[in-house]
Amino acid sequence: MHLKYESFVREPLVDGDKTYHQVTEDIVRPIEQKPGRMWYVGFFFSVALLAFGVFSVFWEVYFGIGVWGINRTVGWGWDITNFVWWVGIGHAGTLISAILLLFRQGWRTGVNRAAEAMTIFAVMCAGQFPIFHMGRVWNAFYVLPYPNSRGALWPNFNSALMWDVFAISTYFTVSLLFWYSGLIPDFATVRDRAKTKLRKRLYGLASFGWTGTAKNWQRHEALSLVLAGLSTPLVLSVHTIVSFDFATSVIPGWHTTIFPPYFVAGAIFSGFAMVQTLLIVCRKIMGLEDYITVGHIEAMNKVIVLTGSIVGVAYLTELFMAWYSGVVYEQAAFHWRIFGPYWWSYWAMMTCNVVSPQLFWFKKLRRNIPFTFFMSIIVNIGMWFERFVIIVTSLYRDYLPGSWTYYSPTWPEIGFYLGTFGLFFTCFFLFAKYFPVIAIAEIKFVLKTSGESYKKKMEVIHEKSTEEFVHEQAHH
Amino acid sequence: MAIKKFAVGCYDDVAGLFPAVEKVRNSGYKLHDVYTPFPVHGLDKALGHKDTDLHVAGFIYGITGTATALGFMGWIFTSDWPTNFGGKPHFALPAFIPITFETTVLFAAVGMVLTFCYLNQIMPGVKKHVFHKRQTDDLFVVVLELNEHVSEQEAIDFLKSTGAMETKVEMAESEWWYGRFDKEEEYEKLNATV
Repeated sequence: MHLKYESFVREPLVDGDKTYHQVTEDIVRPIEQKPGRMWYVGFFFSVALLAFGVFSVFWEVYFGIGVWGINRTVGWGWDITNFVWWVGIGHAGTLISAILLLFRQGWRTGVNRAAEAMTIFAVMCAGQFPIFHMGRVWNAFYVLPYPNSRGALWPNFNSALMWDVFAISTYFTVSLLFWYSGLIPDFATVRDRAKTKLRKRLYGLASFGWTGTAKNWQRHEALSLVLAGLSTPLVLSVHTIVSFDFATSVIPGWHTTIFPPYFVAGAIFSGFAMVQTLLIVCRKIMGLEDYITVGHIEAMNKVIVLTGSIVGVAYLTELFMAWYSGVVYEQAAFHWRIFGPYWWSYWAMMTCNVVSPQLFWFKKLRRNIPFTFFMSIIVNIGMWFERFVIIVTSLYRDYLPGSWTYYSPTWPEIGFYLGTFGLFFTCFFLFAKYFPVIAIAEIKFVLKTSGESYKKKMEVIHEKSTEEFVHEQAHH
Repeated sequence: MAIKKFAVGCYDDVAGLFPAVEKVRNSGYKLHDVYTPFPVHGLDKALGHKDTDLHVAGFIYGITGTATALGFMGWIFTSDWPTNFGGKPHFALPAFIPITFETTVLFAAVGMVLTFCYLNQIMPGVKKHVFHKRQTDDLFVVVLELNEHVSEQEAIDFLKSTGAMETKVEMAESEWWYGRFDKEEEYEKLNATV
């Protein structure tokens, strides 16, 4: 039984007068209804974007990587920028589902399912970029360590790029398992109230035959806790390893030890912004305002202002170290970054990531939904520019002035990026239609301690004096 | 496959479930299982279930992953195909750490989820009897297993006395089987006569 005491200072996690059944109704309803017109419009638009992305990638594979704007000086352009950006976005999902579970943050229950889905889709998008950046994509399997006919030639396990292969594939697999193990009981809920045969059959398959015995739940809890424990260092390791792609090289602007924490903070920052973008739309369209409350949005905005400030400190530290180290190449890299032909990208990054999120120190703005939505877009633009700044503006003016260059993307690069948006939103629209967008069992678990109507009932007990309370409880 | 007779009692809140479970355990009735729509903390203790060893399994899988990664990379670079990377040692432990860590997590997670499915006997295509359609929605269901020596009526009366808001006697398959949730099983016809 839940005898956990919930402070009255904390606002309820579930608004309104809800019963367990009402929770099921609210969350499963979108699955059982025909989707609205908005859904179809959004879905087909996403599929169209995806199709354009597939065409752009086909173009690149057919004609070779020369159709992209990257050149000998700027070997990593939009492709790796987008890769790092998408991986970063994925991090919020794992942070919410794993780290906040370990920290016993009750508010994660409302948003973890959608955030984890976002993680999985974002990692899927991210993975496309390094694969197609290889150029001869049909040889992509060379990165896999298996006994082969190429003279037993193994991949170089000392390479940060190889670490990435392991990190991203492990991250995807573990996130998927964590997400799906949470979905099993909720699929069983959908299955048991299904009216149509097809739905019974499909959700029956998806629920693995779950019935919810006490022993099964005990194991489920143990599994969730250990997976959370594993995912916590995992999520930190993934962006650390992504930052190693840069930090282990000797390029001025990349070769710094600050990169791992700086990248992780940036990842969480951009990830929470993307969660805000998606959930603010989702809660409105699907009528889930009682579950994804303004309190949830505020909690996420607090994370955004924290991580945004960490990122800001990291930018300034980089500048300080460039000056303080006395290394002219490092200083030159930062000079060209700030004042060179790409000055606009540096200042876009600074404004979007460091200056504007500081507005979230104001409680009014943290709880303002349209403002939060606007800011979430700004943060994502800023974080894209951060990756662009780190990658392109460290490369375009290298040691040899003769090879200095200016890089602009060509249409297949832009098309590829748009295509990953198509992939991401196609997946997300399907998820929103066919999956319980909020973890039903987890909401029910916190309902009687953190639901609005139940908290009100506790007020009677809360107002009693200690002696009275002890006297009454002694009889139980 | 074993079709048995069960007495089913449904409770509408956690608060009523715990005293009922205690009474059932003291009564001498054979408890088949308790079904809840969400994890109820303390229910496993109330039922006398031991703690699960799933996390121990996870630890063993993790260690296996660590050993696999280190052993594999070490064997490749010191014995199978030693390569000189900038004059660094063949067994470059610090450089092996990231992959070793990832493999540890991967083995632990995949192994644990498979073990979880095996222990719970769940898999796509597996079907188990659902005693009450609302046991995954808002009801807490206690199921007693009956045999020819037990009176159905007494069992029902007993469940009602523990506070069950809804009761029934049902013939059902007690184990899992391969089946589809959109198909009714043969034994469900038996219930028409019960």
